Amino acid sequence: MIQTPSGDRLLAPKTPEGGVDWLRWLNLLGPILVLLAVYLFFAALTDWTMIRFAAIESIIIQTVIVGTAAVGMTVVIISGGIDLSVGSMIAISSVVGAFMLEIVGVPPLLAVLLAVCGGAACGLVNGTIITRIKMVPFIVTLGMLLVVRGAAKGLARSAPINIDNEWIASFARTLVPEERWKLLPPGGWVMILLAVGFWALLRYSRFGRHVFAIGSNEQTARLCGVAVERVKTLVYALSGACAGLSGVMLLSRQRQGDPTGAMGYELDVIAAVVIGGGSLSGGEGSIVGSIVGALIMTVIRTGCNLQGLQPWITQVVTGAIIVVAVAFDRLRHRRTT
Amino acid sequence: MNDVHKRFGATLALTGVGFAVRAGEVHALVGENGAGKSTLMKVLSGAIRSDRGTMRLDGEPYRPRNPLDARRRGVAMIYQELSLAPHLTVEENILLGMEPTVFGFVRRAEVRRRAAEAIQFFNHPEIRPGVEVRRLTVAAQQLVEIARALAVGCRVLVLDEPTSSLTQQDVERLFDLIRRLRAEGQAVVYISHFIEEVQRIADRVTVLRDGEAVGTGEVRDLSTEEIISMMVGRQVEDLYPRSRRTPGEAVLEVRELAGASKPASASLTLHRGEVLGIAGLVGAGRTEMLRTMFGLEPIRGGTIRIAAYAGPASPHRRWAQGAGLLSEDRKEEGLALSMTVADNVTLSKLTGFGPLGLVFPGRQATATQRWIERLDIRCRGPAQRVLDLSGGNQQKVAVARLLQHDVDVLLLDEPTRGIDVAAKATIYQLIDDLARGGDGRAPKAVLMVSSYLPELMGVCDRIAVMCRGRLGPARPVGEVTEEQLMLEATGKGDAA
Repeated sequence: MIQTPSGDRLLAPKTPEGGVDWLRWLNLLGPILVLLAVYLFFAALTDWTMIRFAAIESIIIQTVIVGTAAVGMTVVIISGGIDLSVGSMIAISSVVGAFMLEIVGVPPLLAVLLAVCGGAACGLVNGTIITRIKMVPFIVTLGMLLVVRGAAKGLARSAPINIDNEWIASFARTLVPEERWKLLPPGGWVMILLAVGFWALLRYSRFGRHVFAIGSNEQTARLCGVAVERVKTLVYALSGACAGLSGVMLLSRQRQGDPTGAMGYELDVIAAVVIGGGSLSGGEGSIVGSIVGALIMTVIRTGCNLQGLQPWITQVVTGAIIVVAVAFDRLRHRRTT
Repeated sequence: MNDVHKRFGATLALTGVGFAVRAGEVHALVGENGAGKSTLMKVLSGAIRSDRGTMRLDGEPYRPRNPLDARRRGVAMIYQELSLAPHLTVEENILLGMEPTVFGFVRRAEVRRRAAEAIQFFNHPEIRPGVEVRRLTVAAQQLVEIARALAVGCRVLVLDEPTSSLTQQDVERLFDLIRRLRAEGQAVVYISHFIEEVQRIADRVTVLRDGEAVGTGEVRDLSTEEIISMMVGRQVEDLYPRSRRTPGEAVLEVRELAGASKPASASLTLHRGEVLGIAGLVGAGRTEMLRTMFGLEPIRGGTIRIAAYAGPASPHRRWAQGAGLLSEDRKEEGLALSMTVADNVTLSKLTGFGPLGLVFPGRQATATQRWIERLDIRCRGPAQRVLDLSGGNQQKVAVARLLQHDVDVLLLDEPTRGIDVAAKATIYQLIDDLARGGDGRAPKAVLMVSSYLPELMGVCDRIAVMCRGRLGPARPVGEVTEEQLMLEATGKGDAA
């Protein structure tokens, strides 16, 4: 009397039990393969000078600012949101750090912590407005982009605040030969540790699962008792904190808290996440992918520089890579759905 | 229309439907939810194409490629959900897509003239050419939509549940308009659940059931009972297991619950070891009642008590109190489609999957595997995305969430909507197991909303009917008939 309808069999498993899900691996490996390809391409063009330790170190140092902020942005994008204010938050954090160090005169470690807290506070404001007033993240963070940038200029009285602190300056500076055993400058290690921490947070914590659930289907998350508002607020605060840490890297590299620094970086950061497999419609994204995305952009920039290409060509190439990455993403989705 | 077939995947939505509408006639199309009314009308209006069968319009073969094509041929559909552009004005909406132009520029004067002509017919104070459509009431918007159909010279108008969101006064105005259209020689197809409306406005009626036209006749020759028995008349298959259940203490008590708009008033008591069914038509407020109980929609009045917990609560608290809700819309709300089976099953309670509150995917998968086997969920494994599963298997995943959470009060909203017979049988069996309390578990309490009466009759111990936001008393299933329930659901219960 009850027949098994054929509809079920049509949707039977596509790969055999225990078989390798190639598509899954491709999603993960895709950005890494692109990074290798781009790197080897430019390395070949530059007579393999880019293979040298110094070149790799320089690429990583240049990636630290965007990469650190991209870690936080990944979480935002997985939750289905967007944060346009990261560039401004990076700038204000660098200014807060310099201000605390040079004008207030706090110890360097405290100055760094306060800079990170400054970013987190801006993010908390973003998250609170988005969840309490129920506004679109795009608009809220677009507004905050201007507000925070203005505040940074106000705090710094519209001029960079120079710092004189060896410890902070060493974060994002090439290693001296006798320190080569460290492999990377502290900033590089901070970015890697941050990435590992956030990767574990997203994968193994309840908060991480909730972030994915909200990005995948906010209504389902609400139905299942996820405190959607609280999680989202925290997501933007984390993005702010990462931007704050990124601001410390900016401070270290430029040796000044620059209220006009990191201009337009939000686009680089978003691009890094998207190249790394993040979907702007939420529910998808990976920390590793985002870091790799940031590296890809630096490699292209460095490679073009070494080739003596003009900056406009670099921009065109970077832009094209972003579009191609997203087009690839769409294609992948059409295959799986 | 003749012998129209439509197949959706494995399920036949329409099997050989035929009916004819004459000019100057209001032809009603009635049937239960899922009988195929909307599918038939989509075929007629070109939104989807039939697999078999022919349609003729004024004797000419008629096979619209899309809604625009249908409109050009003179067939227009007025949907339940209005399809106007809210930011455009009345006149812009009326001529949208067919603006008279000169070299690509809109001839505004001509637009105005033709819109005014169309509006004139309605004589409605709110509708003026320059008003933005979003500033109009729902009823007025509906009229604008009809005006749009008339402006392009449509001769067949299809109205799908036109009164579902109208006040009594607006209904009268609409009926008045329909009568005038009929007098002008328009053919009107009127789809409705409400028998009473059909009897007032229609000349003839065709009854659909399970994708078939089971009868056509003059409305004045048919009694309400005859129409209803045509709508529900089918044999109940032996699909519904029912073991001896012993109702225990009351675990859910609702008193005069009122939500933001619906329900208006709902009271019920649900016991352990019992399945209570809520019958009613789509839009009666049953879903809103469950959502209000579960804290997903605001409460305006009344009280709710779940086990020992009284008062309103957030969904998070409701889960903690031992209640779980199965959403009627698994794609929009029930499931996070891009997440895995394991994530969906465990989302409401991510505890116990690792030390320090951590969530190890491996342990999530182990817990989920149990339900995959128990409910026979056809998938590659716990790590497969829900998106790739068939409807029936998706529904089983959604149900598995309530089982994994081990809730005592199950609020099931249309648990078998859009799934195949085998999956339905699994879910019926499961509901029976839960209410009986097998495997050494305490019996659960199940509150089940369904639009499919045979299912409610087969599965439930007691049934209550909701009509226009009001919930009637629950009666033992042996004391009611499908006909009686249908009468009450269509708002004619007092006459019976």
